[in-house]
Amino acid sequence: MALTREQVAHVARLARLSFTDEELDRFAHQLSDILAYADQVTALATEDVPPTSHALPLKNVFRPDEIGPCLPQEKALSTAPEIEQGRFRVPRIMEAP
Amino acid sequence: MSELWELSAAEIGFMIARKETSARAVVDAHLSRIESLDEAVNAFLTLTPDLARATADDVDAKIAAGEKLGPLAGVPLALKDILCIDGVRTTAGSKILENYRPPYDATVVQKLREAGVPIVGKANLDEFAMGSSTENSAYGPSHNPWDLARVPGGSSGGSAAAVSAGFAPLGIGTDTGGSIRQPASLCGVVGVKPTYGLVSRYGVLAFASSLDQVGPFARTVKDAALLLEAIAGHDRMDATSIPDDVPGYAEGLESGVKGLRIGVVSDWIAGEGVQSGVTERVRTAIEALSGLGAEIGEISLPSFRYALSAYYLIAPAECSSNLARYDGVRWGLRARDAKDVVEMNVRSRTEGFGDEVKRRIMLGTYALSAGYYDAYYGKAQQVRTLVIRDFEKAYERFDVLLGPTSPTTAFKIGEKADDPLAMYLNDVFTIPSNLAGAAAISLPCGLADDGLPVGLQLLGPPQSERLLFRAAYAYEQARGPVPAPPLWVTS
Repeated sequence: MALTREQVAHVARLARLSFTDEELDRFAHQLSDILAYADQVTALATEDVPPTSHALPLKNVFRPDEIGPCLPQEKALSTAPEIEQGRFRVPRIMEAP
Repeated sequence: MSELWELSAAEIGFMIARKETSARAVVDAHLSRIESLDEAVNAFLTLTPDLARATADDVDAKIAAGEKLGPLAGVPLALKDILCIDGVRTTAGSKILENYRPPYDATVVQKLREAGVPIVGKANLDEFAMGSSTENSAYGPSHNPWDLARVPGGSSGGSAAAVSAGFAPLGIGTDTGGSIRQPASLCGVVGVKPTYGLVSRYGVLAFASSLDQVGPFARTVKDAALLLEAIAGHDRMDATSIPDDVPGYAEGLESGVKGLRIGVVSDWIAGEGVQSGVTERVRTAIEALSGLGAEIGEISLPSFRYALSAYYLIAPAECSSNLARYDGVRWGLRARDAKDVVEMNVRSRTEGFGDEVKRRIMLGTYALSAGYYDAYYGKAQQVRTLVIRDFEKAYERFDVLLGPTSPTTAFKIGEKADDPLAMYLNDVFTIPSNLAGAAAISLPCGLADDGLPVGLQLLGPPQSERLLFRAAYAYEQARGPVPAPPLWVTS
């Protein structure tokens, strides 16, 4: 199926990406090509086939709920673009009242 | 007398253990080769000479003190730049992680430290392991040591090129849809995609979590087996890790293939888009295996023709969710002066990600969005079941399956860069093993009529690595030495 420029712009908003008009056109074209190829899959009759999300027969993996060593706060914050008082700092989230 | 950089990992390990050379001398020989030739190859994004020398010195000190070390102690390795080393820049080939220094080691890196393996550098890759040529790296493509105008394959192209060029006898890559086997094929080296869950993914930046698997590169089958032995094993830090003991992969290599039932995947041998030179080399390899006493048959696997399209729904879907973490908050690039947090997220991601990563995030977001989930992602997961069933049926008749690794030899840099779908077709023979969580190996089977290496792929069920190594080793011995890339001769 062919994607419109508006659909691409909508998906971009969901994915937190932004594109120029030229990029929107190019992506609409390229994604449509890839989806047309993927339509081979959608056309396949698979009614009685269960889906596989994980190829190996591993079930839920549990461990005892014990406190062990973990990354110290200082190291965990060492990669952050901005920190304040031992926390990750971000730009404003809500409008000022 | 061969140069140190020409030797296999097993040979180097043996010489170091017998004090015929030192780990330090081995590391220095490889570092100086990298220094003189990597400008042309661009296999590495970051060199780690201090780390490599410190590991080598530690190995030498232990040997001087009479300690018995593992077979790879002191053997240099190129690490794909998607595995974390504590404090060492780890970019995943992306601008968004240009200055990222992870605060911890991947489990594989821990195991390599324990084995005394010096890591000489972080190897180039397609951004976040998405690609088949390394052209999607934000830091420029790597070049194939067989012809510098051609790609080394991808996504682990830097690791494959490094092993092929003699920068290190060992490499580590990741294989989500063929990203170890295809570059191994294009660079004329050995590459193994282990069973899903055999090697820990802790500390490996995630792309498609139900498919990603870490594995070895080497120039010989035995070296690849030794390296897999060193990095495999259960890890409580990875919930998808297989809770079994690791068998000795380098043991029993010489048992041969007499009576081994090998199924040739007929649709792959002379399929559409398969270069005739590739078919020819693979047929010669089949004759060699037959001559060694293997029982050769043919098999057609009908679901495999849907595997590629299923993969290009599943992998992008998982990637779109995994890469949501690059939001400019906790690590990586943050766009400056955004008016609020959403603008900061959007601008950081838009500036930080390259085109192919954006394309896959978009594709995945679309395939998972309301109204399309069942038609795309759900359907692709059903195809995955069909692929697994076809494999199971095949393994009732055969012990291993065989085909080419890649439909073509190495292509020119730029040749497919503007056609995403043409690029995706590189992975058509490698993807089924990823969908099934199964094991596969690619090893050189000579040169095509264009003078470039061809890869022979052997496929087995999950946890069949020992069998695959044994079959690959038998073929390798019968084949004899492969020619060295021109880069070996001219340097």
